[in-house]
Amino acid sequence: MWKTPAPASPAGRPPGGGPLLAVENLHVEFVTRRGVVRAVNGVDCALNAGETLAVLGESGSGKTVTAQAIMGILDTPPARVTRGTIRLRGTDLLGLREEDRSRIRGSRIAMIFQDALSALNPVFTVGAQIGEMFRVHRGLSRRDAERRAVELMDRVRIPDARRRVHDYPHRFSGGMRQRVMIAMAIALDPEVLIADEPTTALDVTVQAQIMELLSELRRESGMGLILITHDLGVVADAADRVAVMYGGRIVENAPVHDIYRAPAHPYTKGLLESIPRAGGKGRALRAVEGSSPDPMAMPSGCVFHPRCSYRQDDCAAGEPPLHPIGPFRGSACHYWREVLHGSHG
Amino acid sequence: MAATGEPILRVRDLVKHFPLRHGPLRAQVGLIKAVDGVSFDLGRGETLGVVGESGCGKSTLARLLLGLERPTSGSVTVGGGEITRARGGELKRLRRNIQMIMQDPYASLNPRMTVGDIVGEPYEIHRDAVPKGDRRRRVRELLEIVGLNPDHADRYPHQFSGGQRRRVGIARGLALQPEIIVCDEPVSSLDVSIRAQIVNLLGRLQDELGLSYVFIAHDLSVVRHISDRVGVMYLGKLVELGGDGEIYGHPAHPYTQALLSAVPVPDPEGRERRRRIILQGDPPSPITPPSGCRFRTRCWKARDVCAEREPPLRALSGTGHAGACHFAEPREAPPPA
Ligand SMILES: Nc1ncnc2c1ncn2[C@@H]1O[C@H](COP(=O)(O)OP(=O)(O)OP(=O)(O)O)[C@@H](O)[C@H]1O
Ligand SMILES: Nc1ncnc2c1ncn2[C@@H]1O[C@H](COP(=O)(O)OP(=O)(O)OP(=O)(O)O)[C@@H](O)[C@H]1O
Ligand SMILES: [Mg+2]
Ligand SMILES: [Mg+2]
Repeated sequence: MWKTPAPASPAGRPPGGGPLLAVENLHVEFVTRRGVVRAVNGVDCALNAGETLAVLGESGSGKTVTAQAIMGILDTPPARVTRGTIRLRGTDLLGLREEDRSRIRGSRIAMIFQDALSALNPVFTVGAQIGEMFRVHRGLSRRDAERRAVELMDRVRIPDARRRVHDYPHRFSGGMRQRVMIAMAIALDPEVLIADEPTTALDVTVQAQIMELLSELRRESGMGLILITHDLGVVADAADRVAVMYGGRIVENAPVHDIYRAPAHPYTKGLLESIPRAGGKGRALRAVEGSSPDPMAMPSGCVFHPRCSYRQDDCAAGEPPLHPIGPFRGSACHYWREVLHGSHG
Repeated sequence: MAATGEPILRVRDLVKHFPLRHGPLRAQVGLIKAVDGVSFDLGRGETLGVVGESGCGKSTLARLLLGLERPTSGSVTVGGGEITRARGGELKRLRRNIQMIMQDPYASLNPRMTVGDIVGEPYEIHRDAVPKGDRRRRVRELLEIVGLNPDHADRYPHQFSGGQRRRVGIARGLALQPEIIVCDEPVSSLDVSIRAQIVNLLGRLQDELGLSYVFIAHDLSVVRHISDRVGVMYLGKLVELGGDGEIYGHPAHPYTQALLSAVPVPDPEGRERRRRIILQGDPPSPITPPSGCRFRTRCWKARDVCAEREPPLRALSGTGHAGACHFAEPREAPPPA
């Protein structure tokens, strides 16, 4: 497991030195014909070299949009970053010219996407697409690039790599396409790898291999890994720290052991209770009641309050800050003590 | 819900081979054996879970069950009619009885159609299903059944969350009142709480409408929760089939044992000491599958006979638990790696 100076603030910032990647007070919105969608509303998080930060959260809570903002691949318009900073080893990426930004993209920060089918170009062979990384960023010839592509395909365990390098994406199953994506992302040994649901489409044995591969890369190169996932098993297995998102904010941030032992935010608690357990067959699963907040009309105060069983009158009024609640831990709930100690709810 | 009486779906020796093309002239250089001899029955009101390695042919199987793809050989019989042979009007009639909820909610919902039109689309294809004047009302009912606000029928897919889009897909799947629904990864990429809501919804619909499900998923804890029986696929074949207690409690096939041991446990306590069967070697290619048993190249039990003879799916006990392994033995816990 990873061991470096532990983060000192509730947002997970380490003392001195500075983290590999630091996101502060990030706000992203989409201007649409029907109104403004507030997708990210003040995200703070930090990633250290060699660390795995898992990002959990509700579908639609802004995980992918945050990742896209870090990568610099939001379509602007309709998206716009209205506030915040994103620093890579101290340099604010949001202040860079697009040309400098695009040099960083792919080589220093890389991303594996949630939806491998639409991320791959249907009219080029997978070999050409993997090889392009080497041709664009490293100036390799077409032939050398293809050789490197085959090596990478072997490395992510695509069978028959030499032959399949000439195949088009649609000829691969969902799982194989995701491996192609991973090959492209690790091609240039990035410092930060953002993996947006890298194993959602994979079976658990391949998932275990891919996670092992990612952690190997992380150990060897000191790469920081932001792992966005819905799989609470994968998080428990791989993460050093966990950030939980709801309604465009990080509502809880904690070392992995703490959050599973005792969650400190009602939404985190609800998530952990929704996992199907072996003994519960035939009974309905527990789920967080109600539906996701409308990002065009976010609830006042705490975004989670309309669905919260710990709700008090003041929850609709003031938006709770990320309270520091323990070593390297934060919860954006006024009543985190009650949640943490399971007093009711 | 347990199965009763005659099977509603009968699958026999189902095979689908895709041509593999190569080179500038796209010459056929081989066959991708996506599904290669699969047989099972599905009972009325029963849920059969299907799990297996990525690329082992689950989605191809689903498409064959629906008659969206013609098999190379073998048969699929739905409520007495053979969907694999049927054409024209007969095919249309049989298809009404078996519907699919797709793997990818982004690709499977047309972004330019309102969700009301999406849910009602099957009525455009099956014009005699519901009289035109009743369609709007029926669509509203369907949205209500899956827990969506019927007043949102005129909204577009992008205005819904991932979980809500799944519900739209489910509502459309229910439009023609099928008896069988094939769910291809209906809950992957949803958060666990919404996943629980969808699983609960499918369970409720089964109780209310007596539906039968083929439920394909990678999340083995969800499959366990929802399934009466589970089929495990490896490289185009069913390698184990049994009740959920048999598969999860006493897996007999080495691949099933490896699969279960790889399920990540949602508790970080003691993670450094956890044991897993790490499968050796690469997954073999479906173009040139190994001789004999397809799993033998990665199996710790493999002996000479495994390369020589293909193990049939044979009954392991009187209870319908079957495994395709020469050395199948149900066991309590996965062996050490
Ligand atoms: N191009 C866009 N135009 C308008 N709204 C958008 C756009 N892209 C994303 N959004 C909205 O931003 C919010 C955050 O979306 P995001 O994709 O980041 O969610 P997520 O947490 O990654 O969800 P999931 O777990 O389902 O992947 C959602 O409400 C989404 O509808
Ligand atoms: N139209 C096609 N043409 C050629 N090969 C195909 C086609 N469709 C699927 N295949 C191949 O058939 C095999 C089975 O694919 P399928 O999509 O059924 O797998 P799966 O079990 O659903 O995988 P996943 O878990 O990744 O969704 C794969 O090797 C795939 O590449
Ligand atoms: Mg996302
Ligand atoms: Mg599939």
